[in-house]
Amino acid sequence: MAAPATSRILLALVLGLAAAGPAAAVQPGEILPDAAMERRARAISSELRCLVCQNQSIDDSDAPLAKDLRVLVRERLVAGDSDGAVRDFVVARYGDFVLLRPPFDTRTVLLWAAPFLILLAALGFMWRRGRAMAAPASAAPLTEDERRRVERLLDDGKP
Amino acid sequence: MIVEIGHFALALALGVAVVQALVPLWGVARHDRVLAGVGPAAAVTCFLLVALAFAALVVSYVRSDFSVENVVANSHSTQPLIYKFTSVWGNHEGSMLLWVLILTLFGAMVALSRRSLPARLRAGTLAAQGMVTVAFLTFTLLTSNPFRRMLPAPADGQDLNPILQDLGLAIHPPLLYVGYVGFSITYAFAVAALIDGRIDAVWARAVRPWTLLAWVFLTLGIAMGSYWAYYELGWGGWWFWDPVENASLMPWLAGTALIHSTVVMEKRDALKVWTILLAILTFSLSLLGTFIVRSGVLTSVHSFATDPARGLFILAILIVFVGGSLALFAWRAPLLRQGGLFAPVSREGALVVNNVFIATACATVFVGTLYPLVLEMVTGDRISVGPPFFNATFVPLFVPLLLILPLGQSLAWKRGDLLGAAQRNAVAFGIGIVVALGTIAMTRGGPVVAPLGIGLGVFLVLAAIFDLGERIFRRASGWPAMLSRAKGLPRSAWGTAFAHAGVGLTVIGIAAQAWSTEAIGVVKPGERITSGRYTVVLESMLPRSGPNFRAEVARFHLFAGNRDLGIMEAAKRVYTARSMPTTEAGIRTHGLSQAYVSLGEPQGDGSIAVRLYDKPLILLIWIGSIVMSFGGALALTDRRFRLAAPKRAAPVGAAPQPAE
Repeated sequence: MAAPATSRILLALVLGLAAAGPAAAVQPGEILPDAAMERRARAISSELRCLVCQNQSIDDSDAPLAKDLRVLVRERLVAGDSDGAVRDFVVARYGDFVLLRPPFDTRTVLLWAAPFLILLAALGFMWRRGRAMAAPASAAPLTEDERRRVERLLDDGKP
Repeated sequence: MIVEIGHFALALALGVAVVQALVPLWGVARHDRVLAGVGPAAAVTCFLLVALAFAALVVSYVRSDFSVENVVANSHSTQPLIYKFTSVWGNHEGSMLLWVLILTLFGAMVALSRRSLPARLRAGTLAAQGMVTVAFLTFTLLTSNPFRRMLPAPADGQDLNPILQDLGLAIHPPLLYVGYVGFSITYAFAVAALIDGRIDAVWARAVRPWTLLAWVFLTLGIAMGSYWAYYELGWGGWWFWDPVENASLMPWLAGTALIHSTVVMEKRDALKVWTILLAILTFSLSLLGTFIVRSGVLTSVHSFATDPARGLFILAILIVFVGGSLALFAWRAPLLRQGGLFAPVSREGALVVNNVFIATACATVFVGTLYPLVLEMVTGDRISVGPPFFNATFVPLFVPLLLILPLGQSLAWKRGDLLGAAQRNAVAFGIGIVVALGTIAMTRGGPVVAPLGIGLGVFLVLAAIFDLGERIFRRASGWPAMLSRAKGLPRSAWGTAFAHAGVGLTVIGIAAQAWSTEAIGVVKPGERITSGRYTVVLESMLPRSGPNFRAEVARFHLFAGNRDLGIMEAAKRVYTARSMPTTEAGIRTHGLSQAYVSLGEPQGDGSIAVRLYDKPLILLIWIGSIVMSFGGALALTDRRFRLAAPKRAAPVGAAPQPAE
């Protein structure tokens, strides 16, 4: 599978297109007879990263490793594991890198909090600026010189 | 010979770009009109030289000149002519040349535009554009020279990557680059304004058409890229939150915010400092995207370290231009006069809210894209930030924005009437709710959030139409009066309505994907597979050969319920030069929906794995984007931006502007 893998990278590098190769992904033979369980398997595998691909889930990838993982997920489900237990099992083997949804912990607290912090900061800034604007703008009193100029201008306007 | 001419022209262009970058500023500083006026001539010359270089590379590709290394690596004598042509930018070196070509094209366009610009602003803008050109020409010549010879010349080339042998390559990159690189002009305008220390409505009016132009192309470029990925990659996905996609989405978001903030600046002389910052950030994000895409840094920090020459060079460019402009901003922005009081409930207030949400969404994509990289550098831990993160954060930020969008659209400038605006949108909102509830009732037990998305989209489309209707029919009696009102409405008002309606259409298309269905099965000729509303029967498998590939074609008979929709074909191809397989999905458009068939592995006993998708209303995603771009293009033709309109004598700020 070396050729498609490099092509994916090349494609991504060159074009700004989603990095991926021709995909068949889930094979007919892998599908579980129990439709509900298969749905769970699809949901789980769409959030697990294919470790040898560029940013593809194992559900989307045709790499052999992705296939192995898909089969593994289904085996665990058939064995009676809960969704969480299946995920834990995969993480125990491959580390957090395999999770496309990063776990919430001390390393990722900034990541997950970022949208809220940024929005709060922006709204706070806006609010402060809005208050500053709402305060009656105290125009500096005219200097003697300016007052004379204004008078002159006003006088000029008269017919 | 032609190759050497191209190479020489490129080197010469670098020299001219240095002149363009330095002499006008020198002239401005010395109050020397002749030197300050060198910019336009230099910009046009630079563009012509780069165009000559580009033409030389095109000729090498079209003639299959295999003494050029770049042609050998990315072309083949059996490729159809159109792909020989598009191969020019189907690789790193050639696409860098296209990048620079568009960069200089924009410089030349500013130089030639007959709009009256203050002389200092024009000089500063062309100089800043020249500096960016110098950087990227140097990068191209030193690390990515497409004109390198290969002697002795091999008998044939290594072929273009088969996935790229598609009409998408002719359309997507040029559109995307015009958008991406087009924001360099707004950046150059911002830097010029900072150097000059002056910024006002004239600046905003000068910048807006360029921002709109870049935005229109970026919107189309992203949409076409998404459609290309959808039909080429074979599993029916259309957006993957891939870092490379995020790299183009970030400038788009910032550019969208910029379009809205320049309106405020133009109409109300407010938000100046923020607008300047946004103009800088938008192009900075384009540069960041270029860095992300070209350096491979996001694949892994380690792959970046193994071949760092190009990555480090772009990183240096990034640091100089982003850091330099931000430092200039920090130094000069306090000098800019803050202007424009405004009430929170007003069009400009709503546009500020727009900017807050879009900027936050953009920052979220930024953090999500770069967080794994930073974490790995700091702690060595590797994590993935994938689609689940972006869906969980981006969508909640965009929904409130879209909900209040129609309100902002119908608020007046200066002092809006919130109750009145709400009343004007009540009917559209009511219909949206009814549609959402109706969809929930009709699709019992199906997705719950998606119907709300459909309702939101309907609300946006109707609110845009009603707002336009309000402006045309209000107090008008009789058709002639309405017609003249419709004609008298500024093009930018039409543009706003189209762009916002386009957003609504895209939202409907995205929400409808909650009902897309997929079926995976193994079929023999004569057997069928059903997904959603569609059924396909495999008729036959037949081999076929193209100019540079062999294909195994599956002919299907497509049915929607009992209706016979005829034959559709899907194929697996093997491109001979690289012996690399691709899948060609079979796609049949049915109204706004599509039936999508893609082939898997042959099973040996004459049967083949097949996936069939029913993609309801999926075309709306891209139609909506096209409508958005059309809105942008309409606004671009607004009387006050018409680029060629000679308006030399118009005194600044004297002509009353029609309200938008």
